[in-house]
Amino acid sequence: MADSTSVVKKTARSFPAPSVIPGFAPTFGLTILYLGLIVLFPLSLLVLRASELGLSGLYSVATEPRVAAALRTSFFISFAAAAIDVVFGLVVAWVLTRYEFPGRRFLDAIVDLPFALPTAVAGIALAALYAPNGWLGAPLAEYDVKIAFTRWGILIALVFVGLPFVVRTVQPLLAEIDAELEEASATLGASRAQTVWRVLLPPLLPALLTGFALAFARSVGEYGSVIFIAGNLAYISEIAPLLIIVKLEQFDYAGATGIATIMLAISFAVLLAINLIQAWSQKRFGHV
Amino acid sequence: MRSISISRRALGAALAIAASLSIFSGPAAQAATALLNVSYDPTRELYKAINPVFIADWKAKTGETIEVQASHAGSGAQARAVIDGLAADVVTLALAADIDAIAAKSGKIAPDWQKKLPNNASPYTSTIVFLVRKGNPKKIKNWDDLAKPGVSVVTPNPKTSGGARWNYLGAWGYALKKFNGDEAKTKEFVKAIYKNAPVLDTGARGSTITFAQRGLGDVLIAWENEAFLAFEEFGKDKFEIVVPTVSVLAEPPVAVVDGNVDAKGTRKAAEAYVNFLYTPAAQAIIAKNYYRPAHPEFAAKADLKRLPKLELFTVDAVFGGWAKAQKTHFADGGVFDDIQKQDAAAR
Amino acid sequence: MSEALAPAVLATPRRVTEEAPLTRYLLIGVAVAFLGLFLLLPLAAVFTEALGKGVGAFFATFDEPDAVAAIRLTLIVAAIVVPLNAAFGVSAAWAIAKFSFPGKSVLITLIDLPFSVSPVVSGLVYVLVFGAQGMFGPFVKAQGIQVVFAIPGIVLATIFVTFPFVARELIPLMQEQGTVEEEAALTLGASGFRTFLTVTLPNIKWGLLYGVLLANARAMGEFGAVSVVSGHIRGLTNTIPLQVEILYNEYNIVSAFALASLLAGLALVTLGIKTLLEWRYAGQIAGRRRH
Repeated sequence: MADSTSVVKKTARSFPAPSVIPGFAPTFGLTILYLGLIVLFPLSLLVLRASELGLSGLYSVATEPRVAAALRTSFFISFAAAAIDVVFGLVVAWVLTRYEFPGRRFLDAIVDLPFALPTAVAGIALAALYAPNGWLGAPLAEYDVKIAFTRWGILIALVFVGLPFVVRTVQPLLAEIDAELEEASATLGASRAQTVWRVLLPPLLPALLTGFALAFARSVGEYGSVIFIAGNLAYISEIAPLLIIVKLEQFDYAGATGIATIMLAISFAVLLAINLIQAWSQKRFGHV
Repeated sequence: MRSISISRRALGAALAIAASLSIFSGPAAQAATALLNVSYDPTRELYKAINPVFIADWKAKTGETIEVQASHAGSGAQARAVIDGLAADVVTLALAADIDAIAAKSGKIAPDWQKKLPNNASPYTSTIVFLVRKGNPKKIKNWDDLAKPGVSVVTPNPKTSGGARWNYLGAWGYALKKFNGDEAKTKEFVKAIYKNAPVLDTGARGSTITFAQRGLGDVLIAWENEAFLAFEEFGKDKFEIVVPTVSVLAEPPVAVVDGNVDAKGTRKAAEAYVNFLYTPAAQAIIAKNYYRPAHPEFAAKADLKRLPKLELFTVDAVFGGWAKAQKTHFADGGVFDDIQKQDAAAR
Repeated sequence: MSEALAPAVLATPRRVTEEAPLTRYLLIGVAVAFLGLFLLLPLAAVFTEALGKGVGAFFATFDEPDAVAAIRLTLIVAAIVVPLNAAFGVSAAWAIAKFSFPGKSVLITLIDLPFSVSPVVSGLVYVLVFGAQGMFGPFVKAQGIQVVFAIPGIVLATIFVTFPFVARELIPLMQEQGTVEEEAALTLGASGFRTFLTVTLPNIKWGLLYGVLLANARAMGEFGAVSVVSGHIRGLTNTIPLQVEILYNEYNIVSAFALASLLAGLALVTLGIKTLLEWRYAGQIAGRRRH
């Protein structure tokens, strides 16, 4: 009796769609429970804490000049870094998938380094490289170019952090693109440049956008690698995550959670955008 | 039947998670008695030297074995951690305002903490001096030279660093005297110094590293002890210490965290620890580490001789106490915020 | 390098779907220069600084009790975090890849969320939950449990940060593989669990391994989130990255980089194993997609 009703219920709701594969309930339940405990509950508490400010309070936190400046710094530099990653990431992905040359496999492996290398290690290494007495900082200082402790330092750290996102999103697609398309284009008289520009790049666009968005989202929140190389000057080279720490150290919990909530909202928006891009791409090109 | 068995399985999964989460709940491994001293950044070497002596002393007096754990970070960060539940038995921070904040926000320290120990609860004082590169190429002699265009000044961020606040107050106090109490001119003077700062590290140590290790800037405004330490650490052939004519008398205070020691039952040891800092043995170590001991008579003459003589003013005399200085200068919307805003607009 | 390259490129006649040799060299040059500048140079800096004062100074780092304690804590944290997240990852991938249900993409987005949450925020949220001023702070305190500024807080923050790694590696892989093999096994009378062990697991083991390796590297290397919840008690709540920062701030640059090189070495081993897996078991790893 209980058996049949539960089956009926299941098909009526069709959640999940009927399947002979067992184990949906425990795995789905575990997923939701774990996700809820570890991610959603703490994050919602953050939002709750910030909501004590009210919308107007949140607005005034975001528009407080120093916060606005830090958010702007984080956003613009992350945007620039992601853009650089898209350009060079595409070149790197192209070279790694299409050409055979000595050391290719090594370079291919090393692309994932920013995923695996701890951010703090990256931070002190970059600071050591670009400081006025570092390997690269010293020769640059001769020409009065300063990298470490300026916005350029932040940019370099963020380019480092974001690169694998672009390469790893574009690479599989480049490998999969049908050679026939290129051949057809060439047979129809297109130059190689035209083929690349008109035939190869358009289907890569969604992947590039996704890679851009991922690199951007990661960069906005990045702390460890930036903190050692940024100048941390308010209004100039102070990033938003640092400002959260600064606010905390002034015992301004409302301000800290306010900034955190704004950044959280942005992360979520970016992820949503990625999903939309992928849905659109699925429709337009038949792949993600 | 089936639905029941599914929910039972889900329950099992939930229990499994709960069980695995409960692994975390074991408290951190504790020795028989352990004191946690939560301190600010530059005192690492000092307490590394004092702690073993205290442990031996405690053992001799009570026969008990005790362990002293240390935690170091920016003074404000440490105060925040104690407020958020870091189980400190003793706090030894850079400035009274940070201990006041713990007292006010967590209630774990009695409001009259500063009266419980001699010398405003400061077992030692210090001051702010300059560290310059060998030969003093920019001819830096006094605070005025820091405000000159073309001089690159390294100092930490007063928003996050206790030492940085002393730096700021040192500059402010000097200028206030120089301009006969003209606040507007003083502010311009301090602004000119911060305009010369290419980087504001989050802590005093960060600034020293930036200046000494990374080679940035012409002058580092630093704790006296920090300047001497860097001087020793990085080689006397690379740096010089410059002592301004006037500077601030920094009084880094200590306190027992009442709420925590009562909960942990460590009050006796914690009180012994802070009182130990005033004993001849500790005072000698304090002077050895380039701090100015509350009881100079206990220190080695040679150690005291290294500390330069200069005119020192107190925060109470010039700023009307820490609470007021904090509110006027460093709180959100305070004078320092204003200076930074104007500075950024000018860049 | 270019000598070895030249004959290989010139030997094959150029096809319509290839670029002119000059363009190729240029592109390869740009890619190599970019990767060298941004990835290899920082890596080289770590090892150079670590060995800057000789091998003796390098190994002396690992005699320090605080460094040993930091390594031990890091291993403990990883030993708790990685299996938990691996179990979660497999279970989430099973639910998401083998079934279709409404709201799936929302679920995937939520699983991805920790990737793009600032590490500082990841630490902060646990202070808000379990800190003395937090919602459950008084409760856990009444139970005599120290969460933040102790190992549990570090473990929680690390779980949060490495939460999506395994799931993200497995979901696309299991989606690609479909359900046909599992259905066959079930039809032949195998139990669900047995099907998973004997059919699914062999198909995903390399992807799983790589996901676990990445999660492990990140768990051992996380700085921002752990820094917020650690309390920085020497020899007790400092993980390797925090100890690196401490040593760096104590003018002990060689030891800082020596300890950092341990993590950099771990990163290299991780990438090495991954390359090996890809080379031997191409197609059984979805790792080429986003992480």
